[in-house]
Amino acid sequence: MKYLSEYRDPEMVEQYLKEISRIVTRPWNIMEVCGGQTHSLVKNGLIQMLPESVRMIHGPGCPVCVTPLHLIDKAVHLALEKGVILCSYGDMIRVPGSGMSLLEAKAKGADVRVLYSPLEAVKLAKANPDKEVVFFAVGFETTAPANALSVIHAQREGLTNYSILASHVLVPPAIAAVLEDEDTQIQGFLAAGHVCTIMGIDEYYPLVEKYKTPVVVTGFEPVDLLQGILMVVRQLEAGTYQLENQYSRMVRPEGNPDALAVIRQVFEVSDREWRGVGVIPDSGYEVKEAFGLFDANRKFEFSQEKAEESKECIAGQVLKGIKKPHECPAFGKKCNPQHPLGAPMVSSEGACAAYYHFSQVLENV
Amino acid sequence: MCLAIPGKILSIEHQYNGLVRMAKIQFGSIFKEASLEMVPAASIGDYVLVHVGVAISIVNEEEAERTFKYLAEIGELDELIEHTQL
Repeated sequence: MKYLSEYRDPEMVEQYLKEISRIVTRPWNIMEVCGGQTHSLVKNGLIQMLPESVRMIHGPGCPVCVTPLHLIDKAVHLALEKGVILCSYGDMIRVPGSGMSLLEAKAKGADVRVLYSPLEAVKLAKANPDKEVVFFAVGFETTAPANALSVIHAQREGLTNYSILASHVLVPPAIAAVLEDEDTQIQGFLAAGHVCTIMGIDEYYPLVEKYKTPVVVTGFEPVDLLQGILMVVRQLEAGTYQLENQYSRMVRPEGNPDALAVIRQVFEVSDREWRGVGVIPDSGYEVKEAFGLFDANRKFEFSQEKAEESKECIAGQVLKGIKKPHECPAFGKKCNPQHPLGAPMVSSEGACAAYYHFSQVLENV
Repeated sequence: MCLAIPGKILSIEHQYNGLVRMAKIQFGSIFKEASLEMVPAASIGDYVLVHVGVAISIVNEEEAERTFKYLAEIGELDELIEHTQL
């Protein structure tokens, strides 16, 4: 319990842990979908503090981790062969493609830049009218408004040299895919709070009904997580299944209507390939045809032979919660954040990197 | 990168021919520009949750400071710092 002193609310943390232990009568598997929640659970040692019968399974909620290999290869190709200024978020440029990462492409002379926001990429395009600027737009629903806005800003500016390479994924279809997979045995979910700040909570009702599984929209701080876990365990013990909102101080049931309007203006729902998982129907966003000029997939042809994943990497099983990161033979040995075999070892929100960074905390797991 | 970070609106300027409100946001000792297009009701002095350069909701000061402190503790503010200049 040495980490308790680090919390601002140690009493509340202890109270929730006690209450969870008091009511739990048998083992339950609960998945937290968001990588930020995984990071928080691992970093704070909460996983160790929970009763053994409450098993937290880490979900596929790391956008960098599920971006398919062929899109990374395409981004590398655009940067190296087409002379574009290729921009993305920090984690994305370190993820290995089948040949190399964007960071390695940069070392070979490609113009690869890490930006904080896609809106900065639009400014970059305006300042460099003789260059094509491509923003590798990865993300879950939380990131979609920013990526969509960049397209709208570029259109307003009359830019013809800005496009996004969209790799957008959606949480509810991923939950459905996890529940459909016979190898996973998840009985309850913590849904991602900030995703619901944008999207609202309505799309989770059908999931709860169809799969008779409790879902609790949850924040990412220790007290939020424990409260969310308690709410799920309560339902499981009572044999009920409902959608509950632990994070109501940040999540309104209707979400953010202005953000939803921008998303719907620029994107349409499409099938998406998730790295390590496969194609999930209606699980992502593509740029609408009306904004085709700003879609790097339409703008730049790229054909390649089928990209091969590392045979040693078990990222797919980790992302679906079938295996824990440290159950991989390569974990911490051949695969580490400096030399990652797979994407979950790159992003701080990836389960493998979280376990690696806090392995001391986890030595007893 | 999926977490939104709370910050305070210091100033607001209109860009894109007055169509877009862009704010200067203070995150502790770091300053960033963010679009206010998703939070039309936000004004100077308000705290907003910002994700990759776009404010996505208005939050109260107490919540903002608590969350910011927690994000700093778990090292989630790197994305504010870790990027190159244009």
